[in-house]
Amino acid sequence: MSEKKKMAKSDASPASKATPPNATPKMKGDKVKVFYGEKQALMDVDLDIQPNEVTALIGPSGCGKSTFLRCLNRMNDVIDICRVEGKITLDDEDIYDSTLDPVQLRARVGMVFQKPNPFPKSIYDNVAYGPRIHGTAQSKADIDEIVETSLTKAGLFGEVKDRLLEPGTGLSGGQQQRLCIARAIAVNPEVILMDEPCSALDPIATAKIEELIDELRENYTIVIVTHSMQQAARVSQRTAFFHLGELVEVGDTEQIFTNPNDSRTQGYITGRFG
Amino acid sequence: MNSFFLILVVIGLSVAGYAVGRARSVFAAAGDVRILHSLPSYYGMFVALGCGLPAILLLAIWLIIQPQIVDHMVMSGLDPSIMPQNADAYSLMLTDIRNLSSGNATSREASPAIVAATERYLALQSIGFWSMVVGVVCIAMLGLAWARSQISRNFRARNAVEKIIRALLIVCSMIAILTTVGIVLSLIFESIRFFARVPFFDFLFGIHWSPQTAIRAEQVGASGSFGAVPLFAGTMLITLIAMLVAGPIGLLSAIYMAEYANPKFRGIAKPMLEVLAGIPTVVYGFFAALTVAPMIRGWGEGVGLDVSSESALAAGLVMGIMIIPFVSSLSDDVINSVPQSLRDGSYGLGATKSETIRHVIIPAALPGIVGAFLLAVSRAIGETMIVVMAAGLASNLTANPFEAVTTVTVQIVTLLVGDQEFDSAKTLAAFALGLVLFFVTLGLNVVALRVVRKYREKYD
Ligand SMILES: Nc1ncnc2c1ncn2[C@@H]1O[C@H](COP(=O)(O)OP(=O)(O)OP(=O)(O)O)[C@@H](O)[C@H]1O
Ligand SMILES: [Mg+2]
Repeated sequence: MSEKKKMAKSDASPASKATPPNATPKMKGDKVKVFYGEKQALMDVDLDIQPNEVTALIGPSGCGKSTFLRCLNRMNDVIDICRVEGKITLDDEDIYDSTLDPVQLRARVGMVFQKPNPFPKSIYDNVAYGPRIHGTAQSKADIDEIVETSLTKAGLFGEVKDRLLEPGTGLSGGQQQRLCIARAIAVNPEVILMDEPCSALDPIATAKIEELIDELRENYTIVIVTHSMQQAARVSQRTAFFHLGELVEVGDTEQIFTNPNDSRTQGYITGRFG
Repeated sequence: MNSFFLILVVIGLSVAGYAVGRARSVFAAAGDVRILHSLPSYYGMFVALGCGLPAILLLAIWLIIQPQIVDHMVMSGLDPSIMPQNADAYSLMLTDIRNLSSGNATSREASPAIVAATERYLALQSIGFWSMVVGVVCIAMLGLAWARSQISRNFRARNAVEKIIRALLIVCSMIAILTTVGIVLSLIFESIRFFARVPFFDFLFGIHWSPQTAIRAEQVGASGSFGAVPLFAGTMLITLIAMLVAGPIGLLSAIYMAEYANPKFRGIAKPMLEVLAGIPTVVYGFFAALTVAPMIRGWGEGVGLDVSSESALAAGLVMGIMIIPFVSSLSDDVINSVPQSLRDGSYGLGATKSETIRHVIIPAALPGIVGAFLLAVSRAIGETMIVVMAAGLASNLTANPFEAVTTVTVQIVTLLVGDQEFDSAKTLAAFALGLVLFFVTLGLNVVALRVVRKYREKYD
């Protein structure tokens, strides 16, 4: 009970106003089903992702949040036994169309993972990795600039500007996660997917990342999976609640947390199960 | 009756001891084994060990010491008139006596004194043997009785057995360690003897190797020279060729296995690759000598090159094939242990598979791959059979892979094959070469293992 109230309060920040429903969605999931071998992990999920908004996916463990997130940039292709049905579009383009290259898709839909996973390279090379493989930057000066702006946007530049050539694995956990965000931004994606980006971090690092997500919303569309209801309430404008592979309910964050339509959502956010 | 039979007797006694100890403990518990400190089988084990261990120990010591005592008694009991004057004559006479006592022919007609000594030798031997039998059986019985007397309700047989077993384990590992130390020490001491004859720097930096030494003083051209540089060069040349084969093939196949191959193919191909490691090197050797070397010679003649029938190239190629499994299976392991999260991170940025492998996985696995390469190099340096058969014996100082070269290991073999004077410089040179080989491979292994371990720590 008290939790619900607290969240409603923290949600009342002026930045969090959801886009009106008539805007064209950035990404659209239509009857998305996912199978791992014989086992069905997602059942007919219809979910729209609005541009320049943070969409939070919440739900109990194993309900398919990560699975749905990974469908959005076809990371599930990496898993042999995984099969996706239904339709997902990015700007009205079917991303599972056979003519579309998943590699190019992932440049447009970037991803940040639960555990910070910097490459065993220097901080500079970590950020420069994407631009280099995609050839977006030609000269050294271009790459320098991309590295600097990406790190600045990720709020890390000040902390690492003197040690850009040191290994990225030597940073603290929170810094590593921001490095991974900078690395994703450097490719200049349209959508950024984040799978529990703060679950390995302490509250201070978490607060920094949440702040960052809020800033990034201006230029990017963000989908974030989180187990923290407070976090969902703080950073997102829309929230989708998953349960046992189904999308139970999606709506404005404020509405989901204060006045959910479904009793399962109510039960989950008040901590009665999950 | 011989010592083997005696061992059987001791084992029999131990088994009986087990039964006795067990029964005794059950008796001590008045039938209710729950009040015992340990399970009855521990009491049985305790008595069995108490019976068997000291007896076997005594047997072993006796078997080592008795021949020396007997020898000494026989020789010192000889008539002073025929007492040998120097060490050589002493051992010669002893050999005669031993041969005679086991019924073999001797080199010379046995003198009556020798025959008498032989009889004395046989008599002493039999006395020794029977006293050993009595001693061992007595100790076994005493041990059994003592161990049985220890058993009571509160006796901690389980702890005692644990302690004895731990001591046994320590002894076994000490044997392994001491043997290694002994081998290294013998290498070092023999090498020091060698360096007393041949200056250290002449050996290490001399460029002429012809280890024949004069047997008679007036022989010409057989002063012997022990410059080992041609051997080192030959070893390095062959190792280099082998690594040029095994490095790329092993690494690329490891990448394929770890990243591309589907599990089914992997399940078949990986064991097959490992079979390569199981082929005896002598088989590789005749493959090299009979198939590869003539083939290379044929090709060489085809393009007008002068290729000798035994060439560094043939040996190196075949050795390369031999060490492919070392490189590939170790590299495969390290590539597999690169965490999936790094791959995901790279794919998530829109990298393709090969970009991910080149820019993320290989750099991440590099220390482990380097370790694998170093282990393969040390394996190649120590390999003997293939080079003996395919690379020849000529100690040419050359970088031409079509010529015959020789390696450290091959020279060790040739130095020690056939009749040898044990203290000639020629024989001792083998120890010096062995020492060099030992330090090089040891160094490589230490570095390689350290690199691999450091890498493991990072990701596990
Ligand atoms: N690689 C896989 N192979 C087989 N089954 C999988 C795989 N990944 C996920 N699943 C199954 O799919 C279902 C959904 O998993 P998913 O990882 O999407 O859950 P989640 O909501 O992200 O859970 P969490 O909050 O614990 O991360 C689970 O039942 C899981 O067992
Ligand atoms: Mg998950």
